[in-house]
Amino acid sequence: MIDLLTNLFSDYTLRTVALGSALLGITAGSLGGFALLRRQSLLGDAISHAALPGIAIAFLLTGSKAPLVLILGAGIAGWIGAALISVVTTQTRIKYDSALGIMLSVFFGFGLVLLTYIQRQPDANQAGLNSFLFGQAAALIEQDVFLIFVIGSVVILLIALFWKEFKLLSFDSDFLGTLGYPIRTLDYLLTTLFVVAIVIGLQTVGVVLMSAMIIAPAAAARQWTDRLGLMIFLAGIFGAFSGVGGALTSSLIPALPTGPTIVLIVSAIVLISLLFAPNRGLVFRRVRDWQAGKRLRVDAVLVDLYTLASQHSSAEYPHSERVLDVMSSISGPAHQTLKVLKDLDLAIPIDSTHWSLTPEGVLRAERVIERQFGGDS
Amino acid sequence: MSASLEIQLIAVVVAVTCALPGVFLVLQRMSMMSDAISHAILPGIVIAFFITGNLSSPWIILGAAAGGLLTVALVEVLRKTGLLKEDAAIGIVFPALFSVGVILIAQYAGDVHLDIDAVLLGELAFAPFDRITMGGMDLGPRALLVMGVILVVNVVFISVFFKELKLISFDRALAGALGFAPALLHYVLMGLVSVTAVGAFDAVGSILVVALMVAPPASAYLLTDGLKPMIVVSVVIGAVSAVAGYWVAHWLDASIAGAMASMSGVLFLSILILAPHRGLWSVQKRRSNQALLFGRKMLVIHLYNHEGLPEAQHECRMDHLEDHLRWDHAFASRAIRSSLQNDYILQQGPHLSLTETGRKYARSSLVEL
Repeated sequence: MIDLLTNLFSDYTLRTVALGSALLGITAGSLGGFALLRRQSLLGDAISHAALPGIAIAFLLTGSKAPLVLILGAGIAGWIGAALISVVTTQTRIKYDSALGIMLSVFFGFGLVLLTYIQRQPDANQAGLNSFLFGQAAALIEQDVFLIFVIGSVVILLIALFWKEFKLLSFDSDFLGTLGYPIRTLDYLLTTLFVVAIVIGLQTVGVVLMSAMIIAPAAAARQWTDRLGLMIFLAGIFGAFSGVGGALTSSLIPALPTGPTIVLIVSAIVLISLLFAPNRGLVFRRVRDWQAGKRLRVDAVLVDLYTLASQHSSAEYPHSERVLDVMSSISGPAHQTLKVLKDLDLAIPIDSTHWSLTPEGVLRAERVIERQFGGDS
Repeated sequence: MSASLEIQLIAVVVAVTCALPGVFLVLQRMSMMSDAISHAILPGIVIAFFITGNLSSPWIILGAAAGGLLTVALVEVLRKTGLLKEDAAIGIVFPALFSVGVILIAQYAGDVHLDIDAVLLGELAFAPFDRITMGGMDLGPRALLVMGVILVVNVVFISVFFKELKLISFDRALAGALGFAPALLHYVLMGLVSVTAVGAFDAVGSILVVALMVAPPASAYLLTDGLKPMIVVSVVIGAVSAVAGYWVAHWLDASIAGAMASMSGVLFLSILILAPHRGLWSVQKRRSNQALLFGRKMLVIHLYNHEGLPEAQHECRMDHLEDHLRWDHAFASRAIRSSLQNDYILQQGPHLSLTETGRKYARSSLVEL
């Protein structure tokens, strides 16, 4: 562990990769929050695939493999893909999912045609273009990280500036429209930020896995909070954590690719959040259901005892457990619940199988009946 | 048969086989499931490959189909928790499974012939070299035979369960109420999508499977209204994309699969723009006609309201329309020109007045309003 931390601060490559992945995680995670709420979780997948022809065209036009040139090309192609999705879904009866699927695969196919065309040119030095498909986090250099830092900062600054607008756009875009804000423009702005965050990530995690970097941290963060600000913040943290975690893990284990490791870590965070997040988490929910069930059973047996008592001369009259077993509206034997009632001093056992209400039990049963039937009884 | 003809034949069979289940994916708004499944079959392929040590074993197809069904099941489980929407569930499940596949390859496959490039991108040009022979007799390229079998399975499934598939595509609740087990049929359909994706990934790679499954049915969706015509048109569009793609790739000396996907995109784009009734062009034309119709009505009603009154002098002028009705100049002149052509109004210099036909039209329009 100490070795790992020393490495993180001393090993140049590791430090660069970890820093780059962390910055990417923060940027992608923060934007993912909006995508999740707007049900555009798969838009990132479409944009990242649609970026491929842009990379090829940028290379064909300039002959340069400078990251900025390729990222610019990727960004333009990704943006055109996103705009086409929006046009197709608003102007025709093609549904959102089909539009995503078509843009994703057709743009990617076109990019593939261009890439194979470039590869078969005798003089082209095309090595490195392929790294965009799967990403090569290990090949990140300081300049790449600087680029990610600058672009990421601009993205986060814009999110902060348009916070109120983006928030409304995600929750109630019609209301935003009635307030006089230009919905279309804001939508395009948010999509543009999206495209930017995706293309800077392509080099690190690649086309296929970029969508997980966007959506998974946000999906995890969503489980912990109901507030947008906190959710975006948490998503950024989760993104950064998986970025660093992925970089470190893959540096420790030979032949462990960084991108997929990052994705697996962030998926594990999603799983943990789904299970253990307070309030929304599945475990928490199960416990709450169990407690509610117990409370309902206690009330039901109490009311049953009261019903029996009201048909006899006194509240102390002993009633058989067997009768309670069959009469309870909540299925199952009453024995466990009766023991709980005894612990609460609401019922007392007369002998091993007969029970009666205590005076407190009578009062409590009356209150339960009052609550259940309201003012009717 | 020449290699070129064989490749085209494989391409057509692949495209047709993909288009068939694709129709139902598009109709049920699950197009992105094809993307998820085609990626998530990777770990299935890798694990089956480790067990059998052979990429052409039929176990590979079963392993991959299992991977596909695992995706469908995981997405369903996540969605049912109510904690994630379906799109988010898809977006989380398939990258995770794909990552498992990539890591397994990187860790254990080493220099065995199983690289992710081949899975993602495919290479149709090599398909004719991999042949199946039985007792010394050449039965044809493997890809053609495998896809042929899957095509037959798809055709049989869709013909036998046509009514059920139609029902779950258009009214799932009714299908459930009538006792058709929509969930079971859903899984069978997804199983077919998985098997088709596996069969096709060899030839065209997993990402382009999505193009062949979604683009032709979506194009057909713009052209037809019936399920049967939609299937037929999808199949034709798929086949045309395949052949056209082959020749484009041949001409550019580029990836055949990529060119097939590009051609399906070109066909989609052309149909998107030109389709009668639903294409962008005809939608635009219809909207502009409706605007003009509305403009004519507004104009005659405006003239009718001010007719014979003292203010008619300045109300019934061309330039006044721009102020009063807030029309821009171009639209105002279009509306006037169209009304003149329809004989609703007369123009004397800048002054406009109604004809008898125009007066009648104004009255009937007012009643409508």
